[in-house]
Amino acid sequence: MSKMTLKTEGDTHVIVTRRFTAPPEAVYRAHTDPKLIQKWLLGPAGWTMPVCINEAKAGGRFRYEWTNGKGSGFHITGEYVELDPYSRIVHIERMHLPDPTPDNHIETRFEADGAGTLMTMRMTLPDGKTRAAMLATGMEHGMEASYVRLEGML
Amino acid sequence: MYSLDAAFSALADPTRRAILGRLARGEATVNELAEPFEMTQPAISQHLKVLEDAGLIVRRVEGTKRPRRLAKAGIEAMDQWLAMLRKALETNYDRLDEVLTGMEKHKKGE
Repeated sequence: MSKMTLKTEGDTHVIVTRRFTAPPEAVYRAHTDPKLIQKWLLGPAGWTMPVCINEAKAGGRFRYEWTNGKGSGFHITGEYVELDPYSRIVHIERMHLPDPTPDNHIETRFEADGAGTLMTMRMTLPDGKTRAAMLATGMEHGMEASYVRLEGML
Repeated sequence: MYSLDAAFSALADPTRRAILGRLARGEATVNELAEPFEMTQPAISQHLKVLEDAGLIVRRVEGTKRPRRLAKAGIEAMDQWLAMLRKALETNYDRLDEVLTGMEKHKKGE
């Protein structure tokens, strides 16, 4: 069963979709409640998120810090632009590696899909080069999303 | 020498993606590749050089022609890398499924 899709769109977008059996309200909460975020937004085995500050309101800021417990780590900072509980989140984020990457604008939609949820995350990078760099480097921790099906590009 | 950074940078350009799209259908000469684009042959050659340096295409010598084709190794390596990224992301969402199940049980007071 393939529940997740990842594809590029145009030169600057990355689209991720995922279906969940839980309703939109629960999936939305799992994306905005720090105690819940810390349980799943972790990437590869062994990584944890000791710092999860999240002010889920328009203009609110967030900061996620990850560590592998062996001295490696990085963090993401961002701002919320719009929140429509429980259907839509618009936010801006950047990775600090430690220099900040260009801003990634992300719109996440949570739509009812039967008893469950269809989540669609649409990322917009400033340009194709930034998107390529994100795919090639920033994603090694598997945090924010991306994957290009080569067939989709060809 | 294959480099993932070079490969992804090479793919950041729409003309180069279109060239790869053409080569996915089979080997082609520079003239054949230049045809669908309103570009000069030197401009196309420059794009081909970027793709070649990135390990995504290879050239063959045939008389005065230098037909290009997709490089299997480069494209497979990139596929593998992308599969790894996809796996990391799927791991996160599989964990989220468990979190959501836990929330549901909590709600029911189990």
